[in-house]
Amino acid sequence: MYLTLLSRVLRLSTFLPFLLVCTAPHFSQAQDKPYFVTYSQDLEEPGNLEIETKSAIGRPPGGNRYGALSTELEYGATAWWTTELYLDGQATARESTIPTGVRWENRFRVLMKEHIVNPVLYVEFENITGADKTMLEVVGHDGQADLAEDNADTRQEHKHEGELKLILSSNVRDWNFSENFIAEKNLGHEPWEFGYAVAASRPLGTTYRNCTFCAEKLTVGAEVYGGFGDTSNLSLHDTSHYIAPVVGWNLPGRSRLTFSPGFGLTRSSLNRVYRVGFAVEIPQFGRRRGDAR
Amino acid sequence: MRGVSMVLSGLALAVTLTAGATEGMRWDKVPAKDHARTNPLAGNPKALEGGAAIYKDHCAQCHGADAMGDGKKKPALESAEIKNATDGDLEWFLRQGDLRGGMPSWSSLPQAQRWQVVAYLRSIQH
Repeated sequence: MYLTLLSRVLRLSTFLPFLLVCTAPHFSQAQDKPYFVTYSQDLEEPGNLEIETKSAIGRPPGGNRYGALSTELEYGATAWWTTELYLDGQATARESTIPTGVRWENRFRVLMKEHIVNPVLYVEFENITGADKTMLEVVGHDGQADLAEDNADTRQEHKHEGELKLILSSNVRDWNFSENFIAEKNLGHEPWEFGYAVAASRPLGTTYRNCTFCAEKLTVGAEVYGGFGDTSNLSLHDTSHYIAPVVGWNLPGRSRLTFSPGFGLTRSSLNRVYRVGFAVEIPQFGRRRGDAR
Repeated sequence: MRGVSMVLSGLALAVTLTAGATEGMRWDKVPAKDHARTNPLAGNPKALEGGAAIYKDHCAQCHGADAMGDGKKKPALESAEIKNATDGDLEWFLRQGDLRGGMPSWSSLPQAQRWQVVAYLRSIQH
C-alpha cells in the first residue's frame, strides 16, 4: 500500500506542473539553479517559502529498485540567511515504504557584497536512519552496497549527523559555477566523512519573455559529485562519483520542474540514478508587505 | 558531543561574520566603470514589458505593485533617488543587493533581465 502511495506521489510530482501550465494566471522566473546535490549562492528571497520535492530513483546491482523522496520546506529568514527542513522517505520494491528521517539546514551568506566568488556557509543537523536513499550528498565511502541493503535492517540504524559545507559560487556572464566542499560527522563517535559537488549551468535564453516552453524558461547544466573518504581513510579508493546533466524548466505559478540523469563513474557508484524535482514558491509567507528583513 | 560543539561553532562563526558585514549601498559606492554604463535595452518596448513582469514577480512583494514601498524599510522606487541614478548605478545595485537591509542580490538573474528591470524603473519615474 505504501509503495503504491509513494509511486502516486512521484507521478503527481510529474503531472502537477502540466496542470499548473494550463491553469496558472501568470508567469514567473524562479532563480534557483536546477542542481540536485550542489548548492549555489542563491538563497530564498526574504519571507518566501519554497516547497520542493526531489526524488532519486535507482537500482543497485543485487538489490531492488527504489524511489526516494525528499520534501523540502525552504524559507528565506533574511536576505543572508535561509533555513530549510527536509522530510525524507523511500520505497523499495519487494521490501517496504518507510520514512527515513528529517534534516534541518541553514545557509548563511558570509560576505554581504557580490564578489567573483561568493562563499556561503551551510550547517545541517540530520536525524535519519540507515535506510536513507535520497543521495542529497555523497560523502566518505558511500556506495551502491549501502543502497542494496534490506530496509528491514537499515531502518534499525539511527544516525544523528552534523554536516558542514563551504559553498563557493560565481555568476559570470549568465553562467553559474558552484563548488561545494562537504564534511559530515556522525555524532556517535564515527570519523568525519568528506565529499564534494561542483556544477555549472546557464539559462538558454537570457531576456524575459512571456512564454511557457521556450529557451528563456530552460536552464541547462551539469553537476559532478562524490566522496573523498573519511579521516581514517582519506582517499578516492572505494568511493562513489557521479556526473549528471541537469535541466530546469521554470513554469507558471512560481514553480519549477527539474530533471537529471546521473551516471556512476566508479565501481562503487550506481550505474544510473534518475532525479526529478518539483518546486513551488509561496511569496511572503506569513508576512505583511515590508516585513522582509 | 564534540561533533555538536563543532556544528555550533560553525553556526556561531557564520553569525559573527554576517554581523560584521558591510553596510547598505549608496550611489557614491558604485564603481566608476559601472556608474558610466548605459542600458543596452533602453527604448525597447519588449524589454520594458519583460521588466514589468520581472518587477511584478520579484520586486512588488516588498516595494508594492505601485512601487511606493511601505514607508519604512522598503523604499519607494518612484523617487528622486532612483531618477537621479544612472542606469549603471541601478544595474549595479540590483546585482549587489543590500543583504543587511533585506534586499536580495539579483546576480542570479541574467544580466539582460536586470537591464529590463532598469528599463521598467526608468519608465515609472515622473
